[in-house]
Amino acid sequence: MRRFTSVSLYGLLCVLLIAAAQGQWIDAYVQIIIMFIGINIILSTSLNLINGYMGEFSVGHAGFMAVGAYITSVLNVWFFTSSKVFGPPLLTPSSAVYLFPVTLLLGGVGAALVGLLVAVPSFRTRGDYLAIITLAVNYIVKSSIENIQAIGGARGFMGMQNTVNSMKESWNLPWALVWVLVMVGATIWTIYRFVNSTYGKGIIAVRDDEIAAEIMSVDTQRMKLVAFMLSSGLAGIAGGLFAHVLGYINPGTFTIMKSTEVLVMVYLGGMGSLSGSVLSAIALTLVLELFRPLQVAKWVVVPLLLILLMLFRPEGFLGHRELSDVFPRLRRWFSPQERQS
Amino acid sequence: MSLLEIRNMTRFFGGLRAVYDFNLRLEGGELLGLIGPNGAGKTTVFNLVSGFYEPSDGEILFEGKNTAGLRPHQVTGLGMARTFQNIRLWNSLTVFDNLCISQHYHLGYGLWDTVLKTHAYRQSEQRVKKTADRLLETLGLSHYAREYPKNLPYGLQRRLEIGRALSLQPKLLLLDEPAAGMNPGEVEDLIELIRWIRKEFKVTIWLIEHHMRVVMSVCEQIKVLDFGETIGEGTPEQIKKNRRVIQAYLGDEEPIHDA
Amino acid sequence: MDLQSFFQNLLNALQWGSFYALIALGYTLVYGVLLLINFAHGDIFMVGAYISFFIATFFLGQYAFALPMALPNTAIFAITLVLTMMITAGFGVTLERVAYRPLRRKGASRLYVVITALMCGLILENGNLALLGANRRSFPELLNNTVHVIGGVSVSSVKILVIITTIVVFLLLETIVRKTKLGMAMRAISYDRMAVPLMGIPVDTVIVFTFALGSSMAALAGVLFATAYPVLEPYMGALVGWKAFIAAVLGGIGEIRGAFVGGFLLGFVEIFVAAFFPSTLRDLIAFSILLIFLSVKPTGIFGVARTTKI
Repeated sequence: MRRFTSVSLYGLLCVLLIAAAQGQWIDAYVQIIIMFIGINIILSTSLNLINGYMGEFSVGHAGFMAVGAYITSVLNVWFFTSSKVFGPPLLTPSSAVYLFPVTLLLGGVGAALVGLLVAVPSFRTRGDYLAIITLAVNYIVKSSIENIQAIGGARGFMGMQNTVNSMKESWNLPWALVWVLVMVGATIWTIYRFVNSTYGKGIIAVRDDEIAAEIMSVDTQRMKLVAFMLSSGLAGIAGGLFAHVLGYINPGTFTIMKSTEVLVMVYLGGMGSLSGSVLSAIALTLVLELFRPLQVAKWVVVPLLLILLMLFRPEGFLGHRELSDVFPRLRRWFSPQERQS
Repeated sequence: MSLLEIRNMTRFFGGLRAVYDFNLRLEGGELLGLIGPNGAGKTTVFNLVSGFYEPSDGEILFEGKNTAGLRPHQVTGLGMARTFQNIRLWNSLTVFDNLCISQHYHLGYGLWDTVLKTHAYRQSEQRVKKTADRLLETLGLSHYAREYPKNLPYGLQRRLEIGRALSLQPKLLLLDEPAAGMNPGEVEDLIELIRWIRKEFKVTIWLIEHHMRVVMSVCEQIKVLDFGETIGEGTPEQIKKNRRVIQAYLGDEEPIHDA
Repeated sequence: MDLQSFFQNLLNALQWGSFYALIALGYTLVYGVLLLINFAHGDIFMVGAYISFFIATFFLGQYAFALPMALPNTAIFAITLVLTMMITAGFGVTLERVAYRPLRRKGASRLYVVITALMCGLILENGNLALLGANRRSFPELLNNTVHVIGGVSVSSVKILVIITTIVVFLLLETIVRKTKLGMAMRAISYDRMAVPLMGIPVDTVIVFTFALGSSMAALAGVLFATAYPVLEPYMGALVGWKAFIAAVLGGIGEIRGAFVGGFLLGFVEIFVAAFFPSTLRDLIAFSILLIFLSVKPTGIFGVARTTKI
């Protein structure tokens, strides 16, 4: 029974949080913070797949997030609500409860396809040049959205709150929170399974020595494709959730600043460390919330934090280690199967 | 059908003729050596054969299949594995993982299988791990399974790299200067290892080597390259007497006339 | 497009290309020596523009302690230009000292230095915003911007100044890099990083010189930009910096010729795109060009590919 411990613990945590939200034990503000933490966990773990495990340097994660956010939002507003842009709903608002996850996934798929823009050049380009490509994609996405007037252009897009409300009407639950928790669980599970399988470790081989990997029968192009598309797809899902938590998005949200925020989380937690990314996403979300009164100065403090980190502890909290490596006792909570012999 | 057949393989780098009109036929079971002075194009030959470079001219047939247009991992997947001149192990992965990941081509499952832990995934992982375990044992590396390659002594790193190539269960094993940087004791071990691998794994071996002790005592056939051209082939005894080979290595026999 | 507007656009393209080229130089010089993309460089351009603003307004007597005598505007422009270039050069060198050198000394991975550079850029932008506030500042008009109309094409003296300055700078730099000892040391480092210190060349001096040179060119661009478009704001360096970087990559980063060719090329593309399409598409197209170029020919026009040996 032990092998299910970590999963059931997370399930218990989810039930508790949902119950707390439902019973009004935690107020709306705390709920929003929890949801932001969840979204940031998805973002940082998915970026860690590229920057940590595969050793590439992506600085455009917010771009993929934007794609997911816009696709999911547009689909939801178009299908389930009556809006000025798209007119009356195509489907009954009550079906949102069932179809919301589908729109989330479609947002993820869209983002994964945009991820191809980075994945394909990555066959030939590495290092800082690839970093520039990711950045260019970030700008291209933002600039494209700004130029599509139908979805609000630079003014932004709203109406997602109505979908959340109509989900609530058909079944009274804090749906945004529910889906954030579900997606966080699914993300961590997926990435954990992937990087602990021989298949997924192929991307670590690519990081260590790409030529050796290719010649030792690892299909490096395929692995890059899988890693980039998985990472950007998850970022897209995070974007979809983000849009529905906030209820309003605009292209200005998804700039290099947002990407930097996620980068800080990845490097703070440690490259190639899943638990590190989770911990630092929690820690940094809380810290940033504390810094909110600082306003602009926040954006001096955060980069400075990262610079100091690069200088004094470049490997982060847990560089290439997991929490269970530092505290072996934790291991009994996890399934022992992967750590053979 | 021969195991490996190379016809008129030529490769230019810009104006430089790195390999010219290289021909070879391996029926299977041989132990062939490829020697030549520095810069003769030996590693280029290996890079061409393993698909890392495309030949400018000529063709390479592995078990009758033309490897033109295949990517390196596909060529390797056909049953041809190699090692590198300077060891290229994956240093942040354990010794055990090094031996598992090299079997990537034969995994036969994808992303969704890992996520959903499908039957295919479990079976494949089990098979891969068994192969790795067995290899560790036969190579005497079991003790180091959870160690990182960079912490291993040099001789064992070489051994591990050869093991990694063997984990693919290749029909042809290409060894690029396996004795480079080894001390005399390690060289003796290596000679033993090569002979033993050949017997144990029934694999055809083709090696590049500078170390004459290794070449002369291990190889049955030797091919000599100089400036990309084949200047001699034959048994070790024949090569030792070959005038062109001696010339290439030691220069002209004629005495140098003082001005 | 008729001939008249073609020439008008050509002139504008040359001017924008000049700005891009001057800033691209800083990227290219530093990359040539350190293999580091100094992402903070666009913000050094911004810092240069701000420094020139404060110097110029000081000499115009807009502060409590003014000079006893009033100078003619042209003289103020000259003094501003020289002082700005010197101070900004010092600023660039300080940035290298404080942020990059410690990392280099520790032998940190190149990626960490790149991240640090990105972060330095953000700190400069937002630090400026926090310190000086979000209000825009308008640069005083120091030069008489006379506009001549030649055959229907309006030619302003500032535009001509910008273009000529850039061409002169190009010739000057080519000479420095080809003929002087320091310039040759710079080229040597880009060929072989390991051997150069062993040959007794003071690498740190060369690096400091490189940063000083690159930053002063950014300052020059800053002053000229402020003269041509007299509105200063903290984020002015971000986008222009990126564009200049695109220019450097187009030309082949690490090559001085490349920075100029790339700069003018990008200037042309942008101006002529804007002539046919809505101008909001300008950035989109610029970045798309970067993406395509990097995927197809990452080494740029003049760059040479490095091969890996196995």
